[in-house]
Amino acid sequence: MLQVPMRGKSGGTPNTKAVILVGGPSRGTRFRPLSLDLPKPLFEVAGHPIISHCFAAITKVPEIREVFIVGYYDEAVFRDFIKDCSRTNPNIAVRYLREYQALGTAGGLYHFRDAILKGRPDRFFVLNADVCCSFPLNEMLRLFEEKDAEAVILGTRVPNDAATNFGCIVSDAHSKRVLHYVEKPESHISNLINCGVYLFSTEAIFPSIKSAMKRRSDRPRLVSYPSSDALTDRQTFPQEDDDDGETNEVIRLEQDILSDLADSRQFYVLETKDFWRQIKTAGSAVPANALYLMKAFQTQSEELAKPSANILPPVFIHPTATVDPSAKLGPNVSIGPRVNVGAGVRIKESIILEDSEIRHDACILYSIVGWGSRVGAWARVEGTPTPVREHSTSIVKNGVKVQSITILGKECAVADEVKIQNCVCLPFKELKRDVSNEVIM
Amino acid sequence: MKALILVGGFGTRLRPLTLTLPKPLVEFGNRPMILHQIEALAAVGVKDIVLAVNYRPEIMTAALQKYEEEYGVNITFSVETEPLGTAGPLKLAEKILGKDDSPFFVLNSDVICDYPFNQLVEFHNSHGNEGTIVVTKVEEPSKYGVIVHKPDHPSRIDRFVEKPVEFVGNRINAGLYILNPSILKRIELRPTSIEQETFPAMVKDGQLHSFDLEGFWMDVGQPKDFLSGTCLYLTSLTKKNSKLLTPASESFVNGGNVMIDPSATIGKNCKIGPNVVIGPNVQIGDGVRLQRCVLLQGCKVKEHAWVKSTIVGWNSTVGRWARLENVSVLGDDVTIGDEVYCNGASVLPHKSIKANVDSPSIIM
Repeated sequence: MLQVPMRGKSGGTPNTKAVILVGGPSRGTRFRPLSLDLPKPLFEVAGHPIISHCFAAITKVPEIREVFIVGYYDEAVFRDFIKDCSRTNPNIAVRYLREYQALGTAGGLYHFRDAILKGRPDRFFVLNADVCCSFPLNEMLRLFEEKDAEAVILGTRVPNDAATNFGCIVSDAHSKRVLHYVEKPESHISNLINCGVYLFSTEAIFPSIKSAMKRRSDRPRLVSYPSSDALTDRQTFPQEDDDDGETNEVIRLEQDILSDLADSRQFYVLETKDFWRQIKTAGSAVPANALYLMKAFQTQSEELAKPSANILPPVFIHPTATVDPSAKLGPNVSIGPRVNVGAGVRIKESIILEDSEIRHDACILYSIVGWGSRVGAWARVEGTPTPVREHSTSIVKNGVKVQSITILGKECAVADEVKIQNCVCLPFKELKRDVSNEVIM
Repeated sequence: MKALILVGGFGTRLRPLTLTLPKPLVEFGNRPMILHQIEALAAVGVKDIVLAVNYRPEIMTAALQKYEEEYGVNITFSVETEPLGTAGPLKLAEKILGKDDSPFFVLNSDVICDYPFNQLVEFHNSHGNEGTIVVTKVEEPSKYGVIVHKPDHPSRIDRFVEKPVEFVGNRINAGLYILNPSILKRIELRPTSIEQETFPAMVKDGQLHSFDLEGFWMDVGQPKDFLSGTCLYLTSLTKKNSKLLTPASESFVNGGNVMIDPSATIGKNCKIGPNVVIGPNVQIGDGVRLQRCVLLQGCKVKEHAWVKSTIVGWNSTVGRWARLENVSVLGDDVTIGDEVYCNGASVLPHKSIKANVDSPSIIM
């Protein structure tokens, strides 16, 4: 049968745009200590900034000609990234839209509706930048057209006990229609969760946000208290700050819009069987790095280092890095620009950031080595692997919650033969003694 | 002259090593522990050596036969059917120890030191009384039984004070004695303690003297002390410019006190020392870092591993980039996987360790 391309509601070729939500500097606290020196969306995993993995997925949708980055970082932050995008994809216009006050994910979209609606697009994607997945945007588009949908959300299955940490989707197994949506429910509702990737029809989403704003001013949202679990979490690790001075203008997609859309009956879910992870804490960059490297390996990317006796794929080595042939790297290792890896070094499941030096016979496992750091001879920098299906990067060790991934901030130094295990080390520290299970200020 | 070495029981304190070999045969400084004593005894003219054991003498018999010839001594096993304490075995061996009037040595098999047997004999003969205890000075006498001398005599013992709260002296029993055969009359054939029964009786009669030990002394009955004792032993060899040690001119030697059996092989770019003993046929890979450790015969340490304060048992394998420390002890034929970290792991024979041992524990 001949496939007739679907037409947009406005007639003619459907017009699609994309929005990448990047948040702002105050929201990157969980990504400390790495976000102390670089905005999270620009942190490199698998050799590319987190945000560019989103952008790369967008470029695979041929009809997208315009991409907006929405957030409240300073304009200068994304200037170089946008330049790079225009160079590699001259047919796509990329613009940064800066929010001057936190408006919430939906509030921000609404605020910039004129820019988004310019050229009368029929629909647009919304991608959260702190998500690591294969972004099956074309499949979402196909479902959208097939169902004549107003909204499509990307969903994934997680273990039952992890589901309540996310937005939970109840869907009709057959029609894929979203029947019910609850953000971080108290009790179990579903193990199909919101991946933070959406496709909205412009005709449906803006009225929906507008009516949510109207409802808000009529009836302020009930304050919800954090669950006890969230409270203990808060004491151990830096958390995202809740917007304390939150006003009624803050409208979030997750809390305020999606459950209403579920009632509209034109809301569908595309369940991805592919990988999906959130990039919240700094430690989650390690599994994200692994997943993106694996993806690059499966698609036979030319960027990756050639497998050999000492290169267990996938491994990314920046062309300007120097790696001694006796060093054994991989799997899931990214070596940044100008990094120097000495003889007999072992690196596994780790990210080594630019200008770092790893001296001979050192061993680095499940760790992130910050920019310009030095790791001494026979030193051991080690984190603990978390189970593949686990969506957390902290583990309980001897009854104490510790970071599973060891992170050295910018320009840290680990002395020869010293062992650092399950630690987070803030920038510019010299570690001369063995340390484990600590945050080093 | 004659000697009795108190070997005693199963040597459980030195497990997991003693699950494979009886304690006297475990190599200390690349030679069975008991050989250090046999050699020193033979050197002062001892011809009859009694080993007081209460288990598995058959393994030891075969092993010790060749030493009988080598050192020209008769080694007899005195097997206790029930543990007789530290004095009972002397009575059991009365036939040998009392066969003539010459004094005999009694040694605890766990003790390692520079055995000063010549001076000891000389001193013992000079005072003419029944017994002499070798004593060593310690920093913290409160943990031991302390010897107190008669106020009017430099060596005659007045009394023993067990774990003194107040400082009464810092000389403790080093576990080496020379005794006249006459003391055998003081011992009954039953479980009895030489320290708690025989010696106090001798002290009462003014028959017991002390002799100060020069140099190092260590009870190496457990792994932690085995390692400390090894350091002391190697240090004493360095002082004597012993040929047993690997010269510091070797590029891989760091800080000295390194003893390597000639049959061992060492990889490139290793850094070894201080205080390392490497046994026969041991293989050390490239880029290995060793310090304060003992590698027993036939073991293999693979490339880039880091080993400190650890005893690697016979025929064991340490994986690439593995890290062992904090008194880890590997029994016979243990395998530590690549990149594995062991903190105070005590691993029983034939085990394979594939995941980190983060805190001191016994791996059954």
